[in-house]
Amino acid sequence: MGSAPFKDFAYKDPMKILVIEDDREAADYLQKALSEAGHTAHLASDGEMGFAIADTNEYDVLVVDRMLPRRDGLSVIAELRAHGNTTPVLILSALGEVDDRVTGLRAGGDDYLTKPYAFSELLARVEVLNRRAGAKEVETVYRSGDLELDRLSHTVRRSGKEITLQPREFRLLEYLMRHAGQVVTRTMLLENVWDYHFDPQTNVIDVHVSRLRGKIEKGFESPVLHTVRGAGYMLKAG
Amino acid sequence: MLAKLSAMMRTTAARLSALYLLLFAVCAVVLVFYMTSLSARMLAGQTMETINEEVQGLAQAYQRGGLPFLVRTIERRARQPGANLYLIADPNGRILSGNVENLEPGVLEGDGWTERPFAYQRFGEGERGGEQRNTALESTARPADGRHHAIAVVLRLPNQMIMLVGRDLGEPERFRSVVQRALMFALGMMGVGAFLIWFLVGRRALKRIDSVSEASARIMEGDLTRRLPVTGAGDEFDRLSENLNAMLGRIGTLNEGLKQVSDNIAHDLKTPLTRLRNRAEAALAGKRKPAEYRETLEATIAESDQLIRTFNAILMISRLEAGYSAESVTKVDLADAVRDVVELYEPAAEDVGVVLEASVDGSFVVDGNRELIGQALSNVVDNAIKYSAGASESPRVVVSLEKTAAEIRLRIADNGPGIADEADRQRATERFVRLEESRSQPGSGLGLSLAKAVIRFHGGQLDLSDNNPGLSVTMVFPDAKGGE
Repeated sequence: MGSAPFKDFAYKDPMKILVIEDDREAADYLQKALSEAGHTAHLASDGEMGFAIADTNEYDVLVVDRMLPRRDGLSVIAELRAHGNTTPVLILSALGEVDDRVTGLRAGGDDYLTKPYAFSELLARVEVLNRRAGAKEVETVYRSGDLELDRLSHTVRRSGKEITLQPREFRLLEYLMRHAGQVVTRTMLLENVWDYHFDPQTNVIDVHVSRLRGKIEKGFESPVLHTVRGAGYMLKAG
Repeated sequence: MLAKLSAMMRTTAARLSALYLLLFAVCAVVLVFYMTSLSARMLAGQTMETINEEVQGLAQAYQRGGLPFLVRTIERRARQPGANLYLIADPNGRILSGNVENLEPGVLEGDGWTERPFAYQRFGEGERGGEQRNTALESTARPADGRHHAIAVVLRLPNQMIMLVGRDLGEPERFRSVVQRALMFALGMMGVGAFLIWFLVGRRALKRIDSVSEASARIMEGDLTRRLPVTGAGDEFDRLSENLNAMLGRIGTLNEGLKQVSDNIAHDLKTPLTRLRNRAEAALAGKRKPAEYRETLEATIAESDQLIRTFNAILMISRLEAGYSAESVTKVDLADAVRDVVELYEPAAEDVGVVLEASVDGSFVVDGNRELIGQALSNVVDNAIKYSAGASESPRVVVSLEKTAAEIRLRIADNGPGIADEADRQRATERFVRLEESRSQPGSGLGLSLAKAVIRFHGGQLDLSDNNPGLSVTMVFPDAKGGE
């Protein structure tokens, strides 16, 4: 897998990422792919080393394998949090049951990705985590080009014209707009908009997105909701 | 025989019965001795009493008529059959009168009761004693020297004459010997009986254990269909065998499941893995355009994703079926779950021309895991949409909820082709089972089995029935404990 599938990400905001992963091959692959996506990735191959590096350096995102030699991934995260380190953490794990995810997030992780994963999924999540460190959560109105979403009055306008959305469509658009300019995957949408972590066998999310797209693009000139091949969707004006 | 006996001796039953046998024998011997000594004492008491009465009678005769009358009385009494012993002797011990011819020296020198039984001989019995009454019963009562034994009272008459009144001990001794023999005989019989019972009980126990061991040896050799023998006697062996059989049944089921899973894994994972490998190999084989490589790689990723999906489903089913109970359980309103899943699938259903409806009113709370229930429900709804699409004029999937006294029934009904055969409906929830008609549809064949595992994890069951036309899948949940 080269950089080609991810050029669509076209991320303009390079991040500094620490990958704590003991599988040499997986770590090297991640480092290479992240740098091709425009980011800088550092590697740590065990828990102690990972903790020492993360504790003394500034990173935008930490990618932490759950099972690490010398020190368990969750304890690394817990201790970083205890030291007041709030760097967003993406946990990687072979354990994917409901409870595993819950314990991972409880230990201080911000997101949880089950192995094996697609790199596009990891990249999308890492970039969303970084942006989450920003202040978009507190904004009451999201704007993207001529598209405007008011979180308080639950209204959506494009070029000043009100668009009527179903509650779920509103939440879908809200999530897409919060991460405007970033790739969001189908799994991320299912997790964040429907709060389900399983894998629906059919393309249910695609259908929802295309419905939403119909509502916010029909009658308007430019597309705002783009499909990112092999990865997911991106809301981007212009 | 000896080896068998020693094997038998090692069984608990045989050991117990041997112990009882020993205890019983000791008791019986003590009883025999007690009985015989008691009866001997009683008979001796009777004898002495008889002699005392005799002496009193003779004393009266003496008082009435003096010595001559006494002698006459004695003579008369001595002639009666079975008479006691009477003897009158002069001070030197010469026998003057009575029915005793001869007696152990020194007896007449004492006074009062003789200290121990003494030997004597009656008149006219000297030569034939011993041989004539040679029956078995009497032989021991008669001493080896052919003489009788007796006890007696020796009295000194006023004129220095010596009088002896005694009683033969033959009869009490015979009686004692009869009692003793009878008891010994009974004891012997009891011993033989006890041994026989011990032998039979021990052998039976041994036989049962042998048959159980033999059956378990066969089972250990790998024949898990064999069962331990149950005789129907309802005894401890039967109970043990029944329990072991139940255990074997459970092991058999698990084993069967394991075998089926490994077969299925072999089939359902090997096939796509082979495809994956072949595709990569074919791509490497010749020179191709970049677009073709790209296509191959994309297909490879898609295939891997499907493999991962199948693998995850297998793992999840196994964990749920193994009774893994740590999954967070909270109160879940099935009405919300139904609305969520229907809302999630509705656009996709509409895309393929299927009307997906939720017919839900009120709240239906169960103890459960929202995520798992959502997944189970979405699997079934996904199936229903897939199979009913294009199968009828107006394909329709209805999800409804109803509450009965103790359970909540979540029903997903479609009007698609359904599964006509009852047996096929049963099989449809088994792992990897994809009925022939459904082979053309995409999927791992694990959707329904995963749903079933989830419902069973919640203490419920998954039923498939005919919807006339179509299939109706009912998830039966037990009502939440303690209500809301």
